[in-house]
Amino acid sequence: MSLLVTKDLVKYFGDTHAVDHVDFTVKEREVLALIGSNGAGKTTLVNLISGLFAPDSGRILFRGQDVTHESVHGRIRAGIARSFQLVNLFDQLSTLDNVALTIFSRDHKTKKLASLASADSAVWDEAYDILGLFGLEAKARMLAGGVSQGERKLLDVAVAYALKPKLLFLDEPTSGVSTREKTPIMDRVTSVVRSTGISAAIIEHDMDVVFNYSDRIVAMHQGAILADGTPDAIRRNAAVTTTLIGSPGAH
Amino acid sequence: MSTPAVTESAIARGSGSRRHVLRGAVAAAGLLAVVPWVVPPYTAILLTYGLIMAIGALGFNLLLGYTGLLSFGHSAYFGVGAYVVALMVKYVRVGSMELFLLGAIIGSAIVTAVFGWVCVRYTRIFFSILTLALSQVLWSLAFKFFWVTGGTDGLRVPTPSLLGGLVTGKGDKTDFMSHAYYYYVLVIFFACVVLMWVIVNSPFGKALQAIRDNETRAEFVGVQIWRYRFVAFLVSGVFTGLAGALWVPLNGLTTPDIIHWSFSGEIVFMTVLGGFRSFAGPIIGAVVFNYLKTYAVGYTVYWQLLLGVVLVVLVLSLPTGIVGTAERLAARWRRES
Repeated sequence: MSLLVTKDLVKYFGDTHAVDHVDFTVKEREVLALIGSNGAGKTTLVNLISGLFAPDSGRILFRGQDVTHESVHGRIRAGIARSFQLVNLFDQLSTLDNVALTIFSRDHKTKKLASLASADSAVWDEAYDILGLFGLEAKARMLAGGVSQGERKLLDVAVAYALKPKLLFLDEPTSGVSTREKTPIMDRVTSVVRSTGISAAIIEHDMDVVFNYSDRIVAMHQGAILADGTPDAIRRNAAVTTTLIGSPGAH
Repeated sequence: MSTPAVTESAIARGSGSRRHVLRGAVAAAGLLAVVPWVVPPYTAILLTYGLIMAIGALGFNLLLGYTGLLSFGHSAYFGVGAYVVALMVKYVRVGSMELFLLGAIIGSAIVTAVFGWVCVRYTRIFFSILTLALSQVLWSLAFKFFWVTGGTDGLRVPTPSLLGGLVTGKGDKTDFMSHAYYYYVLVIFFACVVLMWVIVNSPFGKALQAIRDNETRAEFVGVQIWRYRFVAFLVSGVFTGLAGALWVPLNGLTTPDIIHWSFSGEIVFMTVLGGFRSFAGPIIGAVVFNYLKTYAVGYTVYWQLLLGVVLVVLVLSLPTGIVGTAERLAARWRRES
């Protein structure tokens, strides 16, 4: 069953057709990879779905509800969360604070002015647990700005995950980290996603990551969807091979 | 790999840090409580001015230090607090300090809500210029509507009664201001410190710090940015308005000078001087600035020049403010010992 559906979604920046009449779906409990060369429209599509940009036309349906004109806040409440290509954290707060703040916000507790945040042990316990899921519990008290790039990438996902979304968009979760770190990061992320039964849509350039971790792959090119299928089907797709992946055996 | 030198965040340090703060606060309260009995009345009155400005600076720093918004218009809310008291004396003929405070809180909340509604949709220089421009509008109103505000002559405010008339200032005014009024201000000062401490350490305070650090991410964890900025603006303005209400009976007169943007600059300066990245910074900065200004005025007619030079040297030599520098030195001393 489809969790998210976009219908005829369009976003132009001047003459650039960033997202050009895209019909895109994410199913329940799947890990989907969104691939394409730079400028293919992947991040713009995620920005439209998450509410960072407003589409020029088209509709976005999430769990059957039209969220096209919902605010970012409304989409988060509906169950859409995202991480960012360039790690986007609260660098002056500890890693634990980053996750705890998200939980306070999710539970509408950030409206409280007259109670100490530190007194809410349920939030802190949950924040520790989430850091644990991503292997970051030992870094709980360190500033987010001071941990390694790989840990920052994981924390970025952990913060989005703390919103308890139904659909998690991960924008290049392994970009900027060493090849050695990619596998542990993806193992952690997909393990959490699959064990909790949520869906994830991952924008990724590394084809090893794409083919090893996804159930389905959507390939984009020049703002439009070029192909949509299982990893095997995409591997055999001539258009994708020519346009995006390159010659067989390259990856 | 992580950097060993990375420090823990102030929030994550938890109860150990809070015990230190509590010990420091108790020691400071003890010292401040004996001040009127061990220093001359003039010095106690100067300290009263400092404590009042500290309340205003604490409010101001909720925006600058915790929300990342630099207001150049806080003289407006200070002025509203002071003028509400003066207008209550002139038109309602009341003399109760509690009624003054109530009126000032309501007045500054209304003005701050209107100004905040306009300003909080903007950030950086646009926010600063808007706050400055709006405060100048209020200044020109106080300046031009002289039949209401007294114009440049200002409005006089007599010595008020305290605690519902239990304490009156019918005797020696200096003695009243350096003792009864000092303790009155001290109690309100501590109440404001505790209230602000709770606010900045509340989930709401955390959301403000998140907005300060990364507005985009804060929005994507569900924080509705401008609503939180608005509430912070409101609280900040009311604290500063309260300071204005406490200041005017001590000064005995309010004039449009306290609404002028240059007075906003003083509030900014005292906060930066003390250190806007620490909770106690604005308090220390306000008290120190007040003494510096008073002694500079008494020392030379070129006091603005002298004060300017002293402050430039202080800010250049202490970029993290007095409190930030003291914390750094204390940390180094702990490491070495």
